[in-house]
Order: sequence, then structure tokens, then C-alpha cells
Amino acid sequence: MAQQTIARFEIGYRRCLGPDGAAAGGLPDFARDAATLIALYRAMVRCRAFDAKAVALQRTGRLGTFASSLGQEAVAVGVAAAMLPQDVLLPSFREHGAQLWRGVTPLELFLYWGGDERGSDFAAARQDFPVCVPVGSHAPHAAGVALAFKLRREQRVAVAIFGDGATSKGDVAEALNIAGVWQLPVVFVVANNQWAISVPRRRQSAAETLAQKAVAAGIPGEQVDGNDVVAVREAAEAALARARSGAGPSVIEAVTYRLSDHTTADDASRYRDDAEVSRHWPEEPLLRLRAHLAAAGRWAKADEERLLAEVAAEIDAAAAAYLATPPQAAASIFEHTFATLPAELEAQRAAVLAEAPATPAVAAG
Amino acid sequence: MAEITLVQAVNLALARALAEDERVLVLGEDVGADGGVFRATDGLLARFGEARIVDTPLAEAAIAGLSVGLAAQGFRPVAEIQFTGFIYPVIDQLVNHASRLRTRTRGRLSCPLVLRAPCGGGVRAPEHHSESPEAMFAHVPGLRVVIPSSPRRAYGMLLAAIRDPDPVVFLEPTRLYRTLREEVADDGAAAPLDRCFVLREGRDLTLVAWGGAVRDALAAAEALAKGGVGAEVIDVATLKPLDADTILASVGRTGRCVIVHEAPLTGGFGGEIAARLAERGLLSLLAPVERVAGYDTVMPLPRLEHLYLPNPARIVAAARRALAYA
Repeated sequence: MAQQTIARFEIGYRRCLGPDGAAAGGLPDFARDAATLIALYRAMVRCRAFDAKAVALQRTGRLGTFASSLGQEAVAVGVAAAMLPQDVLLPSFREHGAQLWRGVTPLELFLYWGGDERGSDFAAARQDFPVCVPVGSHAPHAAGVALAFKLRREQRVAVAIFGDGATSKGDVAEALNIAGVWQLPVVFVVANNQWAISVPRRRQSAAETLAQKAVAAGIPGEQVDGNDVVAVREAAEAALARARSGAGPSVIEAVTYRLSDHTTADDASRYRDDAEVSRHWPEEPLLRLRAHLAAAGRWAKADEERLLAEVAAEIDAAAAAYLATPPQAAASIFEHTFATLPAELEAQRAAVLAEAPATPAVAAG
Repeated sequence: MAEITLVQAVNLALARALAEDERVLVLGEDVGADGGVFRATDGLLARFGEARIVDTPLAEAAIAGLSVGLAAQGFRPVAEIQFTGFIYPVIDQLVNHASRLRTRTRGRLSCPLVLRAPCGGGVRAPEHHSESPEAMFAHVPGLRVVIPSSPRRAYGMLLAAIRDPDPVVFLEPTRLYRTLREEVADDGAAAPLDRCFVLREGRDLTLVAWGGAVRDALAAAEALAKGGVGAEVIDVATLKPLDADTILASVGRTGRCVIVHEAPLTGGFGGEIAARLAERGLLSLLAPVERVAGYDTVMPLPRLEHLYLPNPARIVAAARRALAYA
């Protein structure tokens, strides 16, 4: 008997704005509102300004190793813009744009990247997870957070963002699988920036798309132009609505490009041609939304100058506040190891107190 | 009051915790209809339902990762790993996340989870089922590591672990699951998680053990008593945080110490206890500290595991060396 086809799969691709800013198909309703688009544009500009300041601080010895999100702003901003405040974000280390959108402050981000735990004690977004450095290991947390929502019958969604490299990890496969079995209210976003440090996307997986990782978990997956903030937000809104209504998890692969080095400790010229990077600059996300707004007569040079000045003032003030923030007291090393410090650790605590200088030095200045 | 086994005491404590706190839930492989491969969760599904007794797909790292997410959201997950040989995929989640979520966020988020797993040898189990990885966990800041050695202790310490606001690794000695019965009052009383227990007093030497090895130490003490030697037996019970004071006080009286554990000798937690004795009790020692432990080999398959595991005869021999030292 001839073999029959017993299952079929397809992966869709979504794009709303082309690299030149022209609409590439139907626009979602929110994209017809200039104020909404300007808010998205502003968030991406703010993220890039934070990013540039963080790199500058690191280059001058005043910040720790930093992972720039240059060129990927549309993924983080588009996803965060689709979320509600009561949802929970579980970011990787390149989602500054999402954190900033959700109310994490530039000062908190500077503190974190400057080596101070208080940077993860967000005053807003209190239930959002801190940055996850061990790649992809936060994907199961998102499933756990989503299970908590489901058990409490809350209409909330957990959103995890990780990179293309993370899709090679068991943690991600396990999380997708469990989310599918239990139909959890979770959205997994793959920020596919083409490079996992030095390993290109084609050496990460033989799969045609990373979105199809969803297929084996029995959940919907789609690919979206990750440099098109309108498409990212539209895709994320659909996935979040689906999750919120009880219809289960999904995967969004946002195809973008890492224009920066992996981190400030990396030199991408060791493994990546400058010509390749140059080819991707015309596709970067700020350019296309700005072109779209300008073509619609909604954005002029003066608007751009005003926005850049406003954002620069905010980021500069945050950087100054970060540099003026003294380190935590020596005892803070022990303070949150446990809810209550075990007696056994008292002697170690006393040792660090005895060694610490009486007056803490200023952060990293 | 009926006498129950250690695994029944675990079941009793789980049921108690589930009944008294709606944030508690049990998750793991086969914990539902099957009641767990050792029956530790027997009957809980019928009593508490699928929303609280959660059979997971076969994915240990995800069981731990899910627990981190649940705990950060205010649940009190009690996760079961079927055997310690299958616990290694969860180490990433414990080390990188569960143990440090509180300090990373300055207390904004925390991780009150319990990870239960049977541990140790002596039941002729297949490969990868008989290991004693407690020292690996004890090395991780931010984790508590607990190993009960009796039904009563298992009940009280598991309740304490579930109520604790921070992550606890709770290792249950497989060979004690059904070999020992005692009366356990289901009174909801927690046992302390920061204390060693003196199980038997003696003035000539101190035997320090935990988990399944406690029974060997008690048997050795009994044998030594027949020769007129008084051996004090300490059940460490909570390895982290370690109650070194109780051990130091005992060795301060006896001057001689034998440490017993199933895990391999090198890097075993016995080394930590010996170091504490060297740091704070050197002048009270009348003999070198002896360690009776598993060997630095892969644990043999069941036909030879009796040669690998500490036993009363090895402990008595070590005790006699310590006693003979002048």
C-alpha cells in the first residue's frame, strides 16, 4: 500500500512594512493610528539611545560587559507593546526595549549591567523576571508562570523571549512541549538575529524555520519580519489574545539581525564579514518606521530632533544617576541569600563586614 | 497510633501540606494515578485532584523549571524526581535559578520550592538508581539540603521544607523507605531544618552520618557497646545549613570522630565536616578523623554494591582505629 500523508504543516510569514517603509499588504487597525506608531517609534529610539549610552559607558570602563540590541529593537518593543501590564515578561539579555516599555527604568538597567543586583528589583513590572543569562533556561519558567495563571483562572499571559541559539536547547523543547500538552497561556518569541555569538543560523538547525519548532509540540508557530515593529506587534497581539482566551501557547519567530557584536566583550569581525552587516543596515527597524511615518506626513526632521533630544536627556540623566549611586552595603551580599540568614552564615557575614571599607566607593566612576 | 514507614510518612506530610495550604502542589513523573514509583504520592490524586497533583511529561529539567515559575508566582511546588540518577538535568535550574532568584532580585521574587528525590543504594536497584549526590547540592549557595533518616523525621522535615520560603532539596533514603516503622503523629508539627540530631549518647567516640548510613552507624554503635565502647551517634539530617555546633560539642566530649556517608569519599560532605573539626575542634581531637564512605569509583551494579556501601563492620573497624590511636 502506498504511504499516506497523515499530517501536514505549514509556517506562515508576516510582514506589514517593507524596508522602505511602504505597506507590504494590509495594515492592522492599530497601525492606522499615527500616535500609536509614534509611540512604537519613540520606544525603539529610546531603546537605541539606552543601548548606545550603555556601550559608551562600557567602553570608558564605567559599565560591565553589555549585550547590545542594536538592530533588534522592533522585536522587544513590538512584543512588549502587545502585552498587558498584568502579563509577565521573561526576557533574555537582549530585550532592553521590552523591559523599558514595561516600565523598567534606564537607571535600573544601568545598575544591572553595571553589576548591581538592585537593577533587577524593578519598581514597576514587579512580577517580570530578571534577565536570563543561561541561554533558554527561562523557557520552562514561562511555562510554570503560565501554569500558575491557568490554575488560578487568571486571564494573564507569560511571554518568554530568547534567541535563535536557544532553540537548540532542551529547555526550550521541553517548555514548548509541556505548554502544548497543558495548553498553557504562554507565548514563546524567538528573536532570530542570525548569530549565536559566532555560530550562524544555518549551523544552529537544519530546520527551514525556527517557528516550526512549534509543530513538534503541537502548537501554532509563525515567522514574522522582526525588523517590522508593526508585524511583530500584530503577531504578538494575536498570540497573546489566543493565550488569554484559553486557546493555548504559540511560537513567534521574529527574523531580525544583530547589527552589534554579541556583547562588548565580543569582536564579531573575527567570524562575520563587515559586508554582511552592511547589507543588513538598510533593513533596520527604526529606518523603516520613520520612512513610513514621514511618507504619511506624520514625521518631520523637527520631530526627530525633538525626540532625540528628549530621549538623550532622559538617558543621560539615568546614566548620571547610575554613576552617582554608591554600591550596596557589604552586608547586602548575605541579605537575600535566604529569607532569614541561617546562623551558620553569621560568621561569614561578620568576616565580610570586617573586611569592607567603612564608606562604600561610588559605583563605577 | 499506627506505625508507618518512611515513604508513608512522606505521603502523610504531603497530604497534610496540601490540605493546610492551597498554594502547595505536587508535580512530577507518575505522581498522579500511579502514586509515584515508590508510592510516595499514593492516593493524593483522588483526594486533591488533577489541578494539584500534576503528572508532567518526562522532562526533569522542565519539572524544575516549571517549579521555579510556579514558585515565583506564589505557589509552593513540591516536585518529585524519580531517582537521583535522573536529577542531574535539574542542576542547571537549581544552581542558576532556584537558588538565586531571591538574591538576584533583592527579594522581589523568591523560589519556595521543594525538590524531592529518593537517594542512596542498598535496594539492588538498576543502574543510575542508587546514587548519593547530596554534596553537589550542599555546595550551592541558597539551597537547603535535607536527608531524613526515620519516618518521624521525614514527616516533620518535609513539612518544614514545604513551609520554608526558600528552595529545599529533600533526599529520601530509598533503603529506609520500607525497612523501618515508627509511630508518627499527624499533628502538622515541623522539625527544624538547621539542626543535627543526637540519636544515641556515648562518651568514647562520635559517629556522624546521614540518610541510610544512619542505620549503619546505629548498628555499629550497638556492636561497639557490646565491647564496652560508648559511641555517640549524630544524624546530620540537614546538611545545609550545617549545625556544626552539635557535632563540635560532641567531638569536644569524645575526642574521636568517624564520619559515615554513602557518597564517594573525595569531595563528599564528610570532608566539610572534617574541615570544621580541624578549624574549630582540633585541640579536642585525640585521633585523626576517620571517614567511612563510598569509594571514588562509579557505584557498582547491585551484585557488588554491598562492597561499596558503608556497613557496620567498616564503621566498627574505623572506630577501633580511632580508639586505638594514642
